[in-house]
Amino acid sequence: MWLNPANPQLNRNGELHHLLTIEGLPAEILWQILDTAQSFVGVTQREVKKVPLLRGKAVFNLFFEPSTRTRTTFEIAAKRLSADVINLAINISSQTKGETVLDTVANLSAMQADMFVVRHAASGAPYLIARHVAPDIHVINAGDGRHAHPTQGLLDMFTIRHYKKEFSGLRVAIVGDVLHSRVARSQIHALATLGCPEIRVIGPKTLLPSHVENLGVHVYHDMRQGLKDVDVVMMLRLQNERMEGPLLPSAQEFYKYYGLTEEKLAAARPDAIVLHPGPMNRGVEIDSSVADGAQSVILPQVTFGIAIRMAVMSILAGN
Amino acid sequence: MRLRIAQGRLIDPASGLDAQQDVYVADGQIVATGRAPAGFKADRTLDASGLIVCPGLVDLSARLREPGFEYMATLESEMEAAIAGGVTSLACPPDTDPPLDEPGLVEMLKFRAKNLNQARVYPVGALTAGLKGQRLTEMAELRDAGCVAFSQADAPLTDNQVLLYALQYAATFGFAVWLRPQDATLARNGVAHDGQVAARLGLPAIPVSAETAALSIILLLARETGARVHLARLSSAEGVDMVRQAKALGIAVTCDVGIHHAHLSEMDVGYFDPNCNLTPPLRTLRDRDALRRALEDGTVDALCSDHTPVDEDAKQLPFAEAEVGATGLELLLPLTLKWAGDAGVPLAKALGKITCDAARILGVDAGRLAPGGTADICIFDPARYWKVAPAALRSQGKNTPFLGFEVKGKVCYTLIGGETVYQVAD
Amino acid sequence: MPGKTLPDAEQLLAALTEQMRASVGPDSGLIGIHTGGVWLAERLHAALGIAAPCGSLDVSFYRDDYEKIGLHRNVKSSSIPFDVEGRHLVLVDDVLYTGRTIRAAMNELFDYGRPASIRLAALVDRGGRELPIAAQFVGAVVELAPGQSIELTRESRGRLALVLHESDC
Repeated sequence: MWLNPANPQLNRNGELHHLLTIEGLPAEILWQILDTAQSFVGVTQREVKKVPLLRGKAVFNLFFEPSTRTRTTFEIAAKRLSADVINLAINISSQTKGETVLDTVANLSAMQADMFVVRHAASGAPYLIARHVAPDIHVINAGDGRHAHPTQGLLDMFTIRHYKKEFSGLRVAIVGDVLHSRVARSQIHALATLGCPEIRVIGPKTLLPSHVENLGVHVYHDMRQGLKDVDVVMMLRLQNERMEGPLLPSAQEFYKYYGLTEEKLAAARPDAIVLHPGPMNRGVEIDSSVADGAQSVILPQVTFGIAIRMAVMSILAGN
Repeated sequence: MRLRIAQGRLIDPASGLDAQQDVYVADGQIVATGRAPAGFKADRTLDASGLIVCPGLVDLSARLREPGFEYMATLESEMEAAIAGGVTSLACPPDTDPPLDEPGLVEMLKFRAKNLNQARVYPVGALTAGLKGQRLTEMAELRDAGCVAFSQADAPLTDNQVLLYALQYAATFGFAVWLRPQDATLARNGVAHDGQVAARLGLPAIPVSAETAALSIILLLARETGARVHLARLSSAEGVDMVRQAKALGIAVTCDVGIHHAHLSEMDVGYFDPNCNLTPPLRTLRDRDALRRALEDGTVDALCSDHTPVDEDAKQLPFAEAEVGATGLELLLPLTLKWAGDAGVPLAKALGKITCDAARILGVDAGRLAPGGTADICIFDPARYWKVAPAALRSQGKNTPFLGFEVKGKVCYTLIGGETVYQVAD
Repeated sequence: MPGKTLPDAEQLLAALTEQMRASVGPDSGLIGIHTGGVWLAERLHAALGIAAPCGSLDVSFYRDDYEKIGLHRNVKSSSIPFDVEGRHLVLVDDVLYTGRTIRAAMNELFDYGRPASIRLAALVDRGGRELPIAAQFVGAVVELAPGQSIELTRESRGRLALVLHESDC
């Protein structure tokens, strides 16, 4: 059951109960997460990186789609909040052998779970789970199909705020496979909610959703034009299976027209920053010289990721 | 048994009759309407005051799930659902397991259905063996076993040459071919309309061109072969435009729309509601409105339920993984009435879309109330509201986007061959 | 007693400073608890000539009422810009009441290291302790009626003042 059918993420007091997507969340909640994360950055820089907020709570990482990076970040975040963490890598083949998503969740709920962090290959799976868990269990979407990856979107916003302070005057470009990217969708919603006035998407037509303008973005197929005078460049990862086939002929051609090189980056403002959610395909979507260069903020993104996830978990668990 | 249906509002869309008239039934047939025949003594009088008396509904597509899918629903439960919905004749698609590509299977199905003594079941036979799209079925044998038409159901037929030959073969015998206009490759992996909702929700999409590209091939081959083609389940404004043009050019084609598509759009997917995972997908409001206009101007000949019961486990899955389809036999009438009310369409015309117009496509003598005709009759209360809840549905499929909604229009009596097979429990 | 006037915060601060002058050396670590305690700690830091920069603590992550009221909307950062290990610390808070905030502050401090000692300076002690916590330096002891509370405020020019709040029952 939805606690608040109008927005399944919020409880009746308008507080965050699940984090499923950035779309539809009021700006105050996004600011609260960013501000709380700021405090946790301080904690992560201390000798003792733990706080006792989630002591005695059980956080279950339910990963129906494999991922080492994201799962590890959530695990570290939960442990730094003193929570007990259980990792479940659900083998997809055992899924098709009969136990449905809801069966798995029901079994785990019986084991006194307080929070589920869910990653799934199908868009909307966390909604299905959130709809069926007991009222006091919180669900965090760690990435569902092409739909959303809200904690990644939030940590990218945190990174941008760290370097650029304000969203109100920024030009941001998102480059690459937007069609298949849950990260891109979350980034777009976050930027729009936080007041970014100009959001651009850059890519070949085959990798942009039809009707993408409805998300409130400007579409560019020419990367140099799209990067002109931008303050933030957000690169997207190109999946291996997309590199050669009906959507794209080759990684080489993609790199030539949509890979971020120093020369293309020069079209942006001199103080523009470069983000990438990782893992990077060096030489495909981004040059090593840019990835390791002065304008890249890719490494700090990783640190901020732990603080953001600590913030999300502690806000949810307290509501 | 001699029956008099008294005080009801008689609507027979085929003849245009819409009047306060009694109906007289004897020996399973309608013997007269209006005035009693000389010497007629009713054994029973059914009080239909405040109710509408119309032909038993004709549904062009209702999946009964037998043989092969009994865990989803059985013949018994779905036939109960049919008469509870006022449906007295229905066509079932060939996508059973095994598919209806052998006369023996068709005979078995007809036999089972006949023994239940409920709605009349008209099987649609498989166009190709196993629905695999390669080898033709023995259409003449299947027709003799009781098939009224041939189709691929939702199975793809990607080889256009096979399609051409299948249409030619069917045309040889004058058989009707029912085709879903959906290009399998353009629709590949898609689960939602290629529009702003799918873009936001990150759902694999089916563009309108999947329908229009398939339509153009089907229409051209229909014209070339002269086969009788019926297009099953249109979904787009561009699609109905093409059908409109084809009809204007004199191509002998008919088409239908699923009742859910006359009401819903991509917006109803909401937060990934798997009950809205339908095929064809729910498209934009503009498409929905075009479908409604096409129903009004006759471009779309009939409405059907496309009844597809799905078990709870198969529906409560992430959207793209959920089984497609919605239960519909019991919603066909109220949703048709709702369309009529919303669009300002006269009741008789709306009812025609689920009675005589559908019967014409089916090619059977049904959907009419005339003296001398079989007494398959639906009597309903057009003003009665009821809540669409699992307990209220006799179908084993409770999968409908309208779950929890109140709808208007309740079947009170269903008669087949003059016998009351369904009566609402008050 | 209800309705009585509160002492002047600036005067209390002056008294507190004098109390601390004798035993709080320049090598001490001064740490204010957000927000009122930080204002006080900054003033004490300047008045007492403490060498190491002033520290601040936001105890939100260590509170014992997280289950009931959740995380504060406005969590600030904690900052301890000196080594806690082996140092004599003084925690500074505006109003000492149940003692729970101080308990949380001490828990947080021990996550930074092991201090030589911790003492507490409070501008106002209003009694009502629920834990065995005491302040070594107190500006004034104030008795409040049920439903009343005290808040330290800072005016635009930096002047500190105590304000009495009555909750509507």
